[in-house]
Amino acid sequence: MPSETRPEGVYFYATCLVDLFYPQVGLAGMALLKREGLKVIFPGDQTCCGQPAYNAGYREQARQVAAAQLDLFAKDHPIVVPSGSCAGMMKHHYPALFAGTERHSQALAVADRVWELTAFLTDVLQIELQDLGDPLKVALHTSCSTRREMGAAHAGEALLAQLDGVELVQQDHKTECCGFGGTFAVKQPEISAAMVEDKTRSLRLAGAELVVSQDCGCLMNIGGALEFQKEDRSQAEGPATQHIAEFLWERTRGQ
Amino acid sequence: MASEFHRGVVKALHDGALRGHLRRAMDSLMEKRQALFPDVDELESLRRRCMQIRAHALANLPDLLEQLEQRCSENGIQVHWAETTEQANDLVYEILQRHGVKQLVKGKSMVSEEMGLNHYLEARGIECLESDLGEFIIQLAGETPSHIVMPALHKSKQEIAELFHEKFPDIPYTDDVDELTAAARAILREKFEQAEAGLSGVNFLVAETGTLCLVENEGNGRMSTTVPPLHIAVTGIEKVVEKLADVPPLLSLLPRSATGQRITTYFNMISGPRKPDEKDGPTEVHLVLLDNGRSRIYADEELQATLRCIRCGACINHCPVYTRLGGHAYGTVYPGPIGSILEPQKEGLDRLGELAEASTLCGACAEVCPVRIPIPQLLNRLRWESVRQDGDDETKGQGGRRKATQAGLWQAWASLASHPALYRIAVGSASRFRRLLPQQLGPWTRVRKAPQIAEKPLRQLIEQEDKRDE
Repeated sequence: MPSETRPEGVYFYATCLVDLFYPQVGLAGMALLKREGLKVIFPGDQTCCGQPAYNAGYREQARQVAAAQLDLFAKDHPIVVPSGSCAGMMKHHYPALFAGTERHSQALAVADRVWELTAFLTDVLQIELQDLGDPLKVALHTSCSTRREMGAAHAGEALLAQLDGVELVQQDHKTECCGFGGTFAVKQPEISAAMVEDKTRSLRLAGAELVVSQDCGCLMNIGGALEFQKEDRSQAEGPATQHIAEFLWERTRGQ
Repeated sequence: MASEFHRGVVKALHDGALRGHLRRAMDSLMEKRQALFPDVDELESLRRRCMQIRAHALANLPDLLEQLEQRCSENGIQVHWAETTEQANDLVYEILQRHGVKQLVKGKSMVSEEMGLNHYLEARGIECLESDLGEFIIQLAGETPSHIVMPALHKSKQEIAELFHEKFPDIPYTDDVDELTAAARAILREKFEQAEAGLSGVNFLVAETGTLCLVENEGNGRMSTTVPPLHIAVTGIEKVVEKLADVPPLLSLLPRSATGQRITTYFNMISGPRKPDEKDGPTEVHLVLLDNGRSRIYADEELQATLRCIRCGACINHCPVYTRLGGHAYGTVYPGPIGSILEPQKEGLDRLGELAEASTLCGACAEVCPVRIPIPQLLNRLRWESVRQDGDDETKGQGGRRKATQAGLWQAWASLASHPALYRIAVGSASRFRRLLPQQLGPWTRVRKAPQIAEKPLRQLIEQEDKRDE
C-alpha cells in the first residue's frame, strides 16, 4: 500500500459533476481533509479533467481542456479528487495525452501527485473515524476506475469498516460495472440500461438501505435508475445513494 | 439509422432466456478461472512473462516467420502465405483438389471462420465437417460461433437436444449431456475414417523447431491431424513464438484463463508428416499463414499489442457487455473485447468502429488478459482513430466515424471548459435556470431520472464560505 509523508496542504479538484450536480460532495470532501489539519486549496479556475472528450476520441479537445487544469497546481501539494475516474484520467492518461508536447513534464508532475480521495484518506492520512450515526445497512459500489485504474478498492471498504454502526452488505457481482461509462450510456443506451437494471437488482437483493460510491458518474446512473424504478414501477423503497465522502462526513461530524 | 450491431444488440437484449443462460455460463467460467489462481503474485508474474514472450515474438515477427518457414520446410511441412482470406481459401482448395478430396474433417479453427472456409469449399463440392463438439452443434444449426473457445455457448442443453432430434431422427431423443456427446462421437468417428483430409488451426507456431502446437480437449484435433492422409493447418501470422521454451508458460496460462482447466486433455505438437519408417500420421502436412490485415496492425507500435492475443477468451468471459449480448450481436467472427479491438482494425473503423464504443472501459478484460493487452487503452485509441482528421491513414477506415456536428459540439465544449471565466458563467446560468431545463434526456431517462443541477454550484458555495470567513 503506498504511503506518503503527511503534507501540509492539498489541492482539491472537485470535478465537473460535483461542481454542477453534487456540490455537497465537494464540501464534505474538503471538510474531511480540513478536519485532518490540512490546508485545502480549491483552485477556482478548475473546470473539467477532459475525460469526456478523451473517451469520445476527441483528443485535441481533451488536451485543450486538460492543459487549462495543469496550470492550477503551482505548489507541490497532492491533488485530491473525489472520483476514481477523474483521478484516473489525470494520473494515467494525462502523461500519454501530452506526450510529445511541451507540457509533457508538467503533465507527469501533476499525474504523480494525483490521489483518489478515499485512498488519500486511508493510505496517506491514516484517518481514524468515529461513527456517530444510527445502525445502517450500506452497500459499496466501487467504481471500475477506482478499483482497476487507481487500484484503490481497499480504501472504501477500510473506511466503512471503521464505522461501528454501518453493516457493509455484499451485492452479487460486486466488481461488475454499473453500465455508466460516460458517453457509453448515451451511445449504447440499451446495453447500459440492461447493466444498470442488473446492478440495481443486486443492490436491492443485498438489502442495502444506502449505496455509496467513490464516483458521481456511477451514482448518477445507479441513483437515477433507482429513483426511476420507484416512480415507474412503484417498487418497494430501494436504497438511497450517496457519495462516500458525504456519507463519511455526515456520520462523523457530530451535529 | 440503426446499424447492424445495434439491431443485434436489441435482439439479444430482448432474449430473456439467452441473458439468463449467458449470465450463468459466464459466472461459472469466472469462478473456475478464479479458483485456479489462488496466488495473485504467481499469476501476475506469469502474466508478465507471457506478455514478454508474445511481445518479443511480435518485435521480431519478420525474422521469426522466416525462420519458421525454413524449419517447417526442413521438417517436411509445406508453408504457404496468404495476404487475404480469398487467397487462403484458394490455397486450401488447390491442395484439396490436387488430392481429389471430397470430404474434409475439421478441428476447431477461428481463422477458418475468418476465411469463411466451409462456405467456400462447400460451394465447390467439398463437404466440410466440424469435429469439435461445439462447432459440430452450430454447424448442424447453421449458425456461427458465439464465442471463440466455446462456440455453442449460447445454446442450452434443451436446444441442443432438440437440434439433435431434428437432424438425427434415428437417434432416440435425449437431453442427457453424456448421451448427446456419445451420439456425436459415434457420428464423428465414422467421418474421421472417411475423410480424405483434415484441417486444423494452430495455437502456437514455434520458429525454433518448426512445430505446430494445438491445444484441445476432445481428441478431435488429434484425430483431424493424424487420421486422414492429408493435414492442412491454417492460422494467423501472429501466432509464432521464438522457441520451444516459450510454450510451457503460455500453456500454463491458456487453459486456466480460457475454461478454468489446469491443462487441456490433449496437447499436440506437430513437427512434420509421417516419416518412411512410421506407421501413422498424414503423408502431407501444409501450413497456410494468413495475414488478413494483421501486418497493418503490426505496423503500429501501440496497436501491435492486439496481436499478442492467444485466443483464450478470458476477456470475453469477464466482459459485462458480452454477458448481456452473447457473441452473435457483434456480427463479427471475434466477439467481445478482443473482437472490439481486432475487428475494427481488420475490417475498417468506418465499418466497425462502433464496436470500440460498445464498452464502458471498465477494465475487467485487461485485468484478466494473460498477455496483458491493454484493451481499454486500445479501445480509446481506436475511438480517436475513428474521428481524427489529421490522419496518417495507417489504420483502416481512419476518420470514418467523424461527424461535423459532433466534432463541433466537442469543440464548443472545449472552448468553454478551457476558459474558466466563461465556464463560471455557464455553470452559474445552468444553476440559475435549472428549472427550465428538460427532464427528459433521450435514452438516459428511459430507465433513469434526470440528474438535478444544484441550486448553487460548488465554486459559488466555496466563494460564499470564504467571504464569511474573511
